[in-house]
Amino acid sequence: MATAIKLDSKVPSGPLESRWTRHKDQLKLVSPTNKRKYTILVVGTGLAGASAAASLAELGYNVKAFCIQDSPRRAHSIAAQGGINAAKNYRNDGDSIWRLFYDTIKGGDFRAREANVYRLAELSVNIIDQCVAQGVPFAREYGGLLDTRSFGGALVERTFYARGQTGQQLLLGAYSAMMRQVDAGRVTLYPRREMLDLVVINGQARGIVCRNLITGELESYVGDAVVLCTGGYGNAYFLATYAKNSNATAIWRCHKRGALFANPCFTQIHPTCIPVTGDYQSKLTLMSESLRNDGRVWVPKKKGDTRPPNEIPEDERDYFLERKYPTYGNLAPRDIASRAVKAVCDEGRGVGATGRAVYLDFSDTIREKGIEYIKEKYGNLFEMYQHITGEDPYKVPMRIYPAVHYTMGGLWVDYNLMSTIPGLFVLGEANFSDHGANRLGASALMQGLADGYFIIPYTIGDYFANTTLPKVSPEHSAFKESLADVHRFLTKLLSIKGNKTVLEFHRELGMILWDYVGMARNAQGLQIAIEKIRKLREEFWNNLKVPGDNNMLNKNLEMAGRVADFLELAELMAIDALHREESCGAHFREEYQTPDGEALRNDEQFCYVAAWEYTGDLGKPELHKEPLVFEFVTPTVRSYK
Amino acid sequence: MTKKMTLHLRIWRQPNPHTPGRFVTYTIRDVSSDMSLLELLDVLNEELIKKGEPPVEFDSDCREGICGTCGFLVNGVAHGPKRGRTACQQYLRDFKDGETITLEPFRAKAFPVIKDLVVDRSALDRIMAAGGYISVNTGSAPDANSIPIPKEIAEQAFDAAACIGCGACVAACPNASASLFVSAKIAHLALLPQGQPERIRRVLRMVEQMDKEGFGDCSNHGECEAVCPKNISIKHIAIMRREYLRALWSL
Ligand code: SF4
Ligand code: FES
Repeated sequence: MATAIKLDSKVPSGPLESRWTRHKDQLKLVSPTNKRKYTILVVGTGLAGASAAASLAELGYNVKAFCIQDSPRRAHSIAAQGGINAAKNYRNDGDSIWRLFYDTIKGGDFRAREANVYRLAELSVNIIDQCVAQGVPFAREYGGLLDTRSFGGALVERTFYARGQTGQQLLLGAYSAMMRQVDAGRVTLYPRREMLDLVVINGQARGIVCRNLITGELESYVGDAVVLCTGGYGNAYFLATYAKNSNATAIWRCHKRGALFANPCFTQIHPTCIPVTGDYQSKLTLMSESLRNDGRVWVPKKKGDTRPPNEIPEDERDYFLERKYPTYGNLAPRDIASRAVKAVCDEGRGVGATGRAVYLDFSDTIREKGIEYIKEKYGNLFEMYQHITGEDPYKVPMRIYPAVHYTMGGLWVDYNLMSTIPGLFVLGEANFSDHGANRLGASALMQGLADGYFIIPYTIGDYFANTTLPKVSPEHSAFKESLADVHRFLTKLLSIKGNKTVLEFHRELGMILWDYVGMARNAQGLQIAIEKIRKLREEFWNNLKVPGDNNMLNKNLEMAGRVADFLELAELMAIDALHREESCGAHFREEYQTPDGEALRNDEQFCYVAAWEYTGDLGKPELHKEPLVFEFVTPTVRSYK
Repeated sequence: MTKKMTLHLRIWRQPNPHTPGRFVTYTIRDVSSDMSLLELLDVLNEELIKKGEPPVEFDSDCREGICGTCGFLVNGVAHGPKRGRTACQQYLRDFKDGETITLEPFRAKAFPVIKDLVVDRSALDRIMAAGGYISVNTGSAPDANSIPIPKEIAEQAFDAAACIGCGACVAACPNASASLFVSAKIAHLALLPQGQPERIRRVLRMVEQMDKEGFGDCSNHGECEAVCPKNISIKHIAIMRREYLRALWSL
């Protein structure tokens, strides 16, 4: 089925600083009266989706917004704690768009497009303005101006925050902008709907098929473009910091309809999460990276030291991040910190009941700055920690361990955020575009909002102005076929009537991915993973037990569909990880490391985006390469020492 | 310290909005006290599915107390015994070994039951659409630091903005009023300079929509504040009243 897809990134040429401006000037426009004639289907209402829906509706387009939650305000963006980067340089500490760009592209280990990352840094400034105007209550200083703090991978304080609930407040801002358009009649909301297929007609994305999660009914929606904002696929690992319902179904079904999937093996493991306590565990909870501003990470120097932390004297503690990375210390980037944590635990120096944890200790800061200082900055995080563990982090150090947190990979998009299917745009975490092989802290919110508020409103118009879109109706045979496919899929899930639950399969898949496609990978392990995933998938389709039926609220059936897709995507993640014979960012191949255990990139052979095409055979996807060209920065060894 | 517990769950089972519901009691043995209440429901559901019985439907998503998706009555209290927390943040260590825990959906005319513990809270979104925003089109914002806001005001606005829209306040109120939810948004925006131009329209429209949705009136019971997982203070309702009167006077 392989076609001659040619990846055209559409990255403009010329000086880096003016590329986006010049590009915008050259994009074609749709007249205000014509905008009303276009219907845009926005799937997902997190930061990217809500901001896109609001902005497109403000321009005059008809927008239909879909989400799986009961309210669009609950999308997973809400869980982001720490902050959002912006190159405002309000602190006069030497920050600039260039520096944010450089930190981000270096943080991504030189596996992202220069032009995309630069545009992101450029737009970061407008995002803060927009959010403040909407009433987002960012932290302020006594003078009334905005406060900032520092985050991993940066030496300047450019992270704006709203207590430990930045994602929530930004999402409520975008949500309120969208609700204003609902009131104005330009956005129609479809909550509790799950997109289960993309309808492609004459090679163009022209609609979606959704399941109404309350009634089970399958519904067809026609549009002139589809804007996918459905987030990342980290829940493939089962235990992750993602919300329980986050899933890859929308992007995966689009992939199977022809959209290429880029860098699926780039998955981020966040260093500071609350460790696993038992096998009933349903998810993991992140403790914001911002905590590393004031907390110090350590383990005992001795192996198997079981004394309580306060009985371990200072000189018997190993502050390993400060020791290994003196310049960045506790603020080393996520991938690097996670691997360092894993390494000390592998050495047998981990703490807690399982030995898979390290301390994050605030006692020095509490001594120096007082408990009130900590309370104001991180009060809600400390509270959350206490709720979950039953321990008081003001008195005993937190115990933390890495967990799956974000996926840099996603559907391939060009500079206009359009996938390889014309008319299918992909925004936010669902695309692969800006974070390369590792995302820096406080950059996810930035990207979601840049895509939704400031990029898609321009680029989608150009698509409409350049495209002939014949009228289609939901009666079109492509919709009928798609409905039939989805119906068959759901009926099949329900009819297996085996012995194992969805949860059991999901857990097993998660274990395989965590063990072999997790923080450290190697060729042999990846081959084992592929074998195991295939076996598990086969068992799934022969031994799954889903209760109830299709025509009702049935969360197990929803999960079954999502796990079926994770079981396919997981194989692609492993295949991609196996093919990339280098270490870069979050992708650490044990065979490729420096003598002191850092990631060893191979720019000669792997300086490209790996975009995979679905061929109908899950084991044999076709690889397309988009070479990454660095004209303005020189890829260097990423040192945080 | 972690211990093993046995718990009895008395759960409201209702297959759909049109069929009457009833309580069914289940016993779960040997579970860890570190488990969350929702994880206990996960465990129960696994057992039910294996036995060929319908699992208990309940809403949850973030499971860390921030999204507002979860929520039901636990022994008659919205979200459960530990105050200032959502249902997903209730842990078994806070229950007694051998205890019977009663779970039932939020009860309010404006929140119809969909199935088991799942209710329809879309009325809250419709109230937000009526005015819970500041009208500023994308791209038209001035520099963020051009509007200094005193720290105390920003903090107060934040306290109000922290509402997660879970609806527990409605479920706890004897009148099923949504006043705490609505007042939190009105106060958040009324406190900020950016919120001034639409102050009158906002309060009038949101209150009107609240009435239309069938929520009751506030008669100062204070039950809402007691169950609010984000500790939204009842003083916001006083602010809303002031804003409302002020708006009426200015008409
Ligand atoms: S005011 Fe409190 S209880 Fe009511 S919806 Fe908001 S967070 Fe929930
Ligand atoms: S599931 Fe998100 S608040 Fe409980």
